[in-house]
Amino acid sequence: MALLFGLLPALAGLLSLLIGRYPLTPATVLAVLGGHLLPFGHDAPATAEIVVVAIRLPRVAAALLVGAALSMAGTAYQGIFRNPLVSPDILGVAAGAGFGAALAILLATGPAGIQVSAFGGGLAAVSMTWLITRYCAGGTDTVLVLILAGVIVGTVFAALVALVKFVADPMNVLPAITFWLMGSLAAVGWPDLLAASVPIGVGAGTLVLLRWRLNLLAFGDEDARALGVDVGRLRLAVVVAATLMTAASVALSGVIGLVGLVVPHATRLLVGPDHRALLPAAAALGGTFLLIVDDAARSLVSAEIPLGILTSLVGAPFFLALLRRSYGGTA
Amino acid sequence: MVAPVLEIEDLVCGYRGRAVTSAASFVVRPGEWLFLLGPNGTGKTTLFKTILRLLPPLAGRIRLDGENVAEWSARRFAARVGYVPQAQVTPFPFRVHDVVAMGRAAHLGPFATPGARDRTIAEQALRDLGILPLRDAAYTTLSGGERQLVLIARALAQQPVVLVMDEPTANLDFGNQIRLLAHVRRLVARGGIAVLMTSHDPNQALLYADRAAAVGRDGSLLVGKPTEIVTESYLHAVCGVDVRIADVVCPDGRLARLCLPMLRS
Repeated sequence: MALLFGLLPALAGLLSLLIGRYPLTPATVLAVLGGHLLPFGHDAPATAEIVVVAIRLPRVAAALLVGAALSMAGTAYQGIFRNPLVSPDILGVAAGAGFGAALAILLATGPAGIQVSAFGGGLAAVSMTWLITRYCAGGTDTVLVLILAGVIVGTVFAALVALVKFVADPMNVLPAITFWLMGSLAAVGWPDLLAASVPIGVGAGTLVLLRWRLNLLAFGDEDARALGVDVGRLRLAVVVAATLMTAASVALSGVIGLVGLVVPHATRLLVGPDHRALLPAAAALGGTFLLIVDDAARSLVSAEIPLGILTSLVGAPFFLALLRRSYGGTA
Repeated sequence: MVAPVLEIEDLVCGYRGRAVTSAASFVVRPGEWLFLLGPNGTGKTTLFKTILRLLPPLAGRIRLDGENVAEWSARRFAARVGYVPQAQVTPFPFRVHDVVAMGRAAHLGPFATPGARDRTIAEQALRDLGILPLRDAAYTTLSGGERQLVLIARALAQQPVVLVMDEPTANLDFGNQIRLLAHVRRLVARGGIAVLMTSHDPNQALLYADRAAAVGRDGSLLVGKPTEIVTESYLHAVCGVDVRIADVVCPDGRLARLCLPMLRS
């Protein structure tokens, strides 16, 4: 099982390198990759080299990275909020990070500014959602209040994004923000990828270290505390790690909806709720899922479809099927 | 007499500085089963949460083995005191053995996961309660009685010296109530563990308790032998129910005391 989850993204990655307008054979792709990884040269054409290394590989790597990051973050949020229906989208994190990034584009801060600003926006959003829930719920129906609070926070940040767009220069800044918010991996190059992989790696490492502790929150805060868990510190560490990963993804690729909700949910049905298995499996499946959707986005029609649009269109019916399966509707 | 393991000294409990109970003092010794009785709304749960350090005390002290626990970390406390909540729900279908292994948290470092030794301890806890066959079942598919046993097994995996149980029989049918209490009785007799438990049933206290503590209408606490605490006058005053206390001769010749509510014509 573990081997399968490891092979899946690798295989999908190799196949994805073959997809595109410039025709490449598997042998050429392997020769180019081999030539880069091993100390021998290769005799593939120079165009093939550029297409694989400079164009397709960063994009494939970015799809795997963003898909894995959003899925791990979604898994972590679902774990700490004890709710299989929350995700970076529903908690308002994606909207908050989107606002942060849009603001940074407006102020022309550059890539590092976009990352920091996206992280700040995402953390502000999830904190607001959590505080509203604590203030309003009073220990009763936390799940419902949490989701409603996320909707409100998401709406507020969507309004702030609209405000940023309203004041943006309509000739070049406005289109930049608009296309970027639709979510796309088209413009990703190696430097962006490296910049995003640091915060994503730190977040993922933190979550993997805390994988078993996440299980301990399954029965509620008081229960976890009675088991000896410092709940406040654990939740803070997990929220910061998951938000860091979400924000870095948003800064790299714009807002890509539903991945962080659908993938953890589906993975839990496959491998069970234990985060020791769930986190790595969700990362593998999430990366593969986003890669396949991105392949479709860049090859279905001659003009590229923004990725965020496609994940939402694909993810929504998929999620409804899961919902029906989980809650056993018969109608 | 054995030295007490848990000492409650002049403990005042409440929320946000507003006292719900008056100062309570009692001790629990190893191998002793103490029942905490009292109707709803008298601060029983508040007292319990304060003892478990889920609420800060307004005054007074809690000692474990003579040491004030006020400055203890949650982890250090949990390595000594196991808590069995009322049948808990979770949206996630964890396996029973995974749930029981969660009891090991207090004995593991922050980034550690349970090892072979922890799994052995968890299995032993399942075996002690006779629910080893459930080990691979999903917790979410169990009945209320099975869930309660799993949560007791989890608390035993903590290897505590004090076991705190919040109305463990509240959601169980009659047969499961008796079976669960028989398990606890065996744990107390065998392991020298101290059990502090709340219950609504005065007959349970008469049958099983070594000592009983009863919360009065005014929030005061009365501690003593069960036969001294569960009396006609106490139940009339606190629960507003007329009862008769009767002694029944069991087949083995022992006398069992029970209380019987009187019907009003």
